[in-house]
Amino acid sequence: MSQSPRLLVEPGRVVLSGCWTLAEMLPQLPALQADLAACSSSIEHWDLSAVTRLDSAAAVLLWRTWGASWPPGLVADDLHRQVLLRVAELPRDIPEQARPRVRFPEWVGALLFKALGNLRGMIALFGQLLLDVGYLVRHPQDVPWKEFTANVYKSGAQALAVTALVGFLIGVTISYLSALQLKSFGADLFIVNILGISIIRELGPVLVAVLVAGRSGSAMTAQIGVMRVTEEIDVLSTMGISRSIRVVLPKIFGLTVAMPLLVLWTSAVALFGGMLAALLQLDLSLIYFLDNLPRAVPVANLVIGLSKGVVFGFVIAVVACHFGLHVKPNTESLSANTTSAVVTAITTVILFDAIFAVFTRHVGVPQL
Amino acid sequence: MTRPAVIELNGVGASFRGRTVHRDLSLRVEEGQIVGLLGGSGSGKTTLLREILGLLKPDSGSVRLFGVDLNEPDVRMQRNLRRRLGMLFQHGALFSALSVFDNIAFPLRELRCLDADWIRRLVHLKLAMVGLEPNHGKLMPAELSGGMVKRVALARALALEPELLLLDEPTAGLDPDRSQNFVELVGDLQRELGLTVVMVTHDLNTLAGLATHVAVLADQHIIAFGPKAEVMTVDHPFVTGFFGADRRKLL
Ligand SMILES: Nc1ncnc2c1ncn2[C@@H]1O[C@H](COP(=O)(O)OP(=O)(O)O)[C@@H](O)[C@H]1O
Ligand SMILES: [Mg+2]
Repeated sequence: MSQSPRLLVEPGRVVLSGCWTLAEMLPQLPALQADLAACSSSIEHWDLSAVTRLDSAAAVLLWRTWGASWPPGLVADDLHRQVLLRVAELPRDIPEQARPRVRFPEWVGALLFKALGNLRGMIALFGQLLLDVGYLVRHPQDVPWKEFTANVYKSGAQALAVTALVGFLIGVTISYLSALQLKSFGADLFIVNILGISIIRELGPVLVAVLVAGRSGSAMTAQIGVMRVTEEIDVLSTMGISRSIRVVLPKIFGLTVAMPLLVLWTSAVALFGGMLAALLQLDLSLIYFLDNLPRAVPVANLVIGLSKGVVFGFVIAVVACHFGLHVKPNTESLSANTTSAVVTAITTVILFDAIFAVFTRHVGVPQL
Repeated sequence: MTRPAVIELNGVGASFRGRTVHRDLSLRVEEGQIVGLLGGSGSGKTTLLREILGLLKPDSGSVRLFGVDLNEPDVRMQRNLRRRLGMLFQHGALFSALSVFDNIAFPLRELRCLDADWIRRLVHLKLAMVGLEPNHGKLMPAELSGGMVKRVALARALALEPELLLLDEPTAGLDPDRSQNFVELVGDLQRELGLTVVMVTHDLNTLAGLATHVAVLADQHIIAFGPKAEVMTVDHPFVTGFFGADRRKLL
């Protein structure tokens, strides 16, 4: 029963017929618009009596054709007139949705303020954390052990496989590349020093931090963010459960505890990979490697590596929780904040790594 | 004289993890009918609407819209079919990242045929229809009250001038005044455009003011379907319980 919309131009009169609805107009829209534009202002008599259906999209089209006024000779039945009336009643100048133009200095300024805001937020989070710890010391029965252990398991135990795989491959790669160079100097035995120092002190912690920021950091932001979107966070508050003690604190301490363990594990696996590659490439026996490791790498390096793990874990979790808590209740903000969390976490970790490098420059370097 | 069927469900069965929600459910809605779908909470009303929309594939039976089977493989045909229907979800389901204006403009822009001025007028028209101010267009969904979410969702469902409108509890959360406006609005649209409407509602006033037909979902299938007056006389615990003393109000 669907009839396509038709337009008949007679001298001094336009007759519309058929079904004037969006769905029916779509296939021939350009032609219809052109026809209507051609017969626009000059004609005063419009006959709509043969129109079977008229929807608001068509009404808007006609109203625009008429130049926003009733044509003097309009023939239309009451139903269609009512549809047109609704369009006619719209305010004449509908405010355009203003899209503010942003100039470059403004953009830079906004960015700066945002960064400062985030810094402030993270410091506030840190302060809240101290308060919570103070509270928990006084009320030890409120310590969220379950959430804490769950977080250690999720961000630590479940990350063992992927960190081992990546660590092993990196160990093999570095050992292999260094072996090629060392061989040409005849300095094969230094492979132990190179691998030991670089992996334990530097690569292990940073590698794990990058992996964990992508894995657990993003998960934390997304989880807290969705809890905000769905108002679950507010539900916790109304039940008198502190969101910072139940949601944020276990995440931060869980990761702070899990990270050094992960660093230890990953460094060990990476060293193992390096040892294997050295065995194959330089014929360096595993026994020799292990025997010489303590001599080549002072134990201070291990301490530095593990402390980095603690600090990085804390930093990643604080950044992730901060961005999670500042998700606005919409999907776009959720995705933007998850991205920001991972990027900021990794950047901050590298920054802290540089600070470590400067302040520990005299510690743990073997004297030759 | 029977009019062409808009929705035809035949022997539809659906279950979630072994729990049957629908069993051998059949329903035929004809053009121009306003069907009120009644059923207890959790009886599968929303599930039924999802089956009609093709969001949920029934385990058995067939669903036909406008005479086209939903399993029809032709992608373009499927898309054109979807454009002919509008759905108001129970919880609004607005795009949370878009403003009210953009939410309503979204399906119009997707057509890629309408110019900006046309879209703007249409959006403001829909806003006015559901009783919202033009400056509400700038708000984000998170800034709306529950009732406003419903109205924006309705405006979005109406954006493409659908021939079939599915409403999931449209008046729940609206004040009586707004409910009344809503009833009038849908009634007007129905008269102007010959819409077919299927609505889930528990509100007797909405049902009385709007529905031409009533379908009752109980015991996992449609136990009664027909004009209002007929259905009310059905002897089933749910029907007698639901209408109870208010039977007369509906007539
Ligand atoms: N996605 C789903 N997974 C599992 N069960 C579901 C799902 N959606 C609905 N159900 C179940 O199907 C039944 C009908 O749900 P629904 O159609 O939402 O009821 P209502 O009639 O209140 O709208 C309920 O028992 C519900 O638990
Ligand atoms: Mg429901």
